[in-house]
Amino acid sequence: MNSRLVMTLVLAAAASGAQAQTLRIGLAEDPDVLDPSLARSFVGRIVFSSLCDKLVDIDEKLNIVPQLATSWQWSPDNKALTMKLRPGVTFHDGEKFDAAAVKYNIERHKTIAGSNRRGELLPVSTVDVVDDMTVRLNLTAPFSPLLTVLADRAGMMVSPKAAQANPANFGSKPVCSGPFKFVERIAQDKITLERYANYWNKAEIHFDKVTFQPIVDATVRLANLRSGQLDFIERVAPADVASIKKDPKLSIARITELGYQGITINTGKSDLAQKNPLGKDPRVREAFELSLDRAGIVKVAMDGEAEVGNQWVPPSNSFYARNVPVPKRDVARAKQLLKEAGVTNPTFTLMTPTTSDAQRLAQVVQAMAKEAGFDVKIQATEFATSLNLADKGQFDAYILAWSGRADPDGNLFSFYGCKQPLNYSGECRANWDDLLNRSRTSLAPAERIKVFATMAAEAAKERPIIYLYHRNWLWAYNKKVTGLRTVPDGLIRVQGLKM
Amino acid sequence: MSKYFLRRLAAIIPTIFFVSVIIFGLQQLLPGDAAQILAGEDQDPQVVAYLRQKMHLDQPFPVRYAYWISGVAHGDLGESLRIQEPVLGLILQKLPVTLELAAIAMLIALVIGIPAGIVSAVGKDTAWDYAANVVALWGLSTPNFWLGILMILLFSVQLGWLPASGYVSPFEDLRGNLAAMIMPAFVLGNAIAAVLMRHTRSAMLQVLNADYVRTARAKGLDERTVVLKHALRNALTPIITLGALEFGTLLSGAVLTEQVFSIPGFGKLIVDAVFNRDYAVVQGVVLFTSTVYIVLNLLADLAYFLVNPRLRG
Repeated sequence: MNSRLVMTLVLAAAASGAQAQTLRIGLAEDPDVLDPSLARSFVGRIVFSSLCDKLVDIDEKLNIVPQLATSWQWSPDNKALTMKLRPGVTFHDGEKFDAAAVKYNIERHKTIAGSNRRGELLPVSTVDVVDDMTVRLNLTAPFSPLLTVLADRAGMMVSPKAAQANPANFGSKPVCSGPFKFVERIAQDKITLERYANYWNKAEIHFDKVTFQPIVDATVRLANLRSGQLDFIERVAPADVASIKKDPKLSIARITELGYQGITINTGKSDLAQKNPLGKDPRVREAFELSLDRAGIVKVAMDGEAEVGNQWVPPSNSFYARNVPVPKRDVARAKQLLKEAGVTNPTFTLMTPTTSDAQRLAQVVQAMAKEAGFDVKIQATEFATSLNLADKGQFDAYILAWSGRADPDGNLFSFYGCKQPLNYSGECRANWDDLLNRSRTSLAPAERIKVFATMAAEAAKERPIIYLYHRNWLWAYNKKVTGLRTVPDGLIRVQGLKM
Repeated sequence: MSKYFLRRLAAIIPTIFFVSVIIFGLQQLLPGDAAQILAGEDQDPQVVAYLRQKMHLDQPFPVRYAYWISGVAHGDLGESLRIQEPVLGLILQKLPVTLELAAIAMLIALVIGIPAGIVSAVGKDTAWDYAANVVALWGLSTPNFWLGILMILLFSVQLGWLPASGYVSPFEDLRGNLAAMIMPAFVLGNAIAAVLMRHTRSAMLQVLNADYVRTARAKGLDERTVVLKHALRNALTPIITLGALEFGTLLSGAVLTEQVFSIPGFGKLIVDAVFNRDYAVVQGVVLFTSTVYIVLNLLADLAYFLVNPRLRG
């Protein structure tokens, strides 16, 4: 073979390598349907962040920043939000993005059968097209979490034309306006997206393709990264962090999640609450909490990869209530409380999903509580079944994690509001409902901090949920990947990512 | 003959009907609320109610069954509510993957198991025999998923020879396909190789002591010809039957292996569907498999009938 031919081949190979650069991401689960109105899984949101732009986004500090909307303004009565839209944006099918498209999308979110966004957008009554590039969302009452809601799936915009053309199965071929467009999905195997040439922010996009591969086992996911089959993996097992740090080819990134890991106690969900020493008497719950050493739990159950906490937001969050600090372990006081309550050897069952970290947590809790006199029986239950039992109130205490929302309301309202869907403890108090609603209607952060402080003090006294810690989102990736932003929602933003 | 055939054919329909009732009934015993799981983390009660209605979970059992079976009768196995894809399409997409995996695994099992069985029978009570038995014992007692992870760590992470997981279609890239299949197929074939080895060994030992083998040796044939031509041929028949039976084991063993290697096959489809309570997929997959099984059984009987003149009467 002559050298010129070899040269040409080498150059061609190098060029094609540079041209067709693909970012290969390993996911911990297979996403559900890729329709922003219907989607229900956390992992789906990771795919969406490459596929569908939102009206606004959040940054590392949880500030609301522009995306498809460039600026916004609340009306004086806080009951209307006017947004200026970004000009020159098109959907992947070439359709124009404008105020009419926003109106269509919000209405679709609110009305499509089975929409998971309906609840989030409940306070939005109507949407007005002010002009081509201005839209107004009219509310029935002030609703402070609205912007953070629009920074998630409820703010995602799909092409109205494509959605109307395929109303029943839009999610199997989504058309949005994000940096990458949908190419193909092979269920449980791969989702392939391809660079959208007319993306409004294309200067920030440095890959031609993104592929998402669900690999459930964390060890295997990491093995794929190590062998060079993947460039990026989410949800690394805390136990693997030390070995990743030693690997010169890999980097690791972490950010404290928006959610929490905690123990929900049946205090009023069913009759079982009165048969359960924890549910019956707040002093027993206090003793239980005092028997636990959160720092020790994090060290043993999470290999140190979590932030200790006692509220629905981590202590690093600006809405954390400083008046309710994380209590220290105090076994003597716990014993004394149990004596006062007249139950020196309380027995209860701790229901836990079968995931390995939940099981480890349960065992550590069991061992710690035993020192104060608790007899904790662990009941490992498959997740679907455990949720169902929790919903029916057939449990004493339940280890349940929540992935969290950018606004504290999303970690709070559904869990403490009377008859709210996630209120597994069954705690129902008129003054709590009052506080929850006040946090929603007041837009001033200082005002809301005050409301949350009152709520935190109340919840810490009654303890329907004992918060333990906030996990770290752990990402591992090829060292060549640069420009990663660690935003607490745990989503991977492709804008600015390079390899 | 045609009467026998028609009778057998007619029996298929009530059998499938019976099976479909059992599948549908058993599924109702799965704990947990399917609508609740599908509704995801937020569990908006309206979404739960909508999904329940969409899956007809708000209807009594016979009505629910009627909805499903009338769809099936029209060739519609329903749609995965989780990902909005038709169940039949998912099955047809995943089945070839698992069949390929099982076929390669079987090949590996045969290539390892039979020679190892011969070697250990011929060299009974020698070091070869002990070695082969130890390996077989190891093969039988090693859990698939553990072996799988060890192999990934060795061949993908340490040596970088093979992809750690994922699947490439053979029509796209044959080499890539084989590279992706070889580890899971080995993991899957390994246990079967051990079974085949043990059986080949005992069958060979029996045959090697038979009169005709002694005769062959007495004729002065070399040992190689005696073992491979005279003994093995006779020993092979029961082993082939056993191999065919083990194919079923392969398909069920594929469930775990596919999870470890993220092979998007039939096993992974059903496991994920059960955990996600994706009822339409679970029902569809089980009905599909049992129908295939029933039809294959019928064909086997028919073939038997055709080749065996005594049955025709």
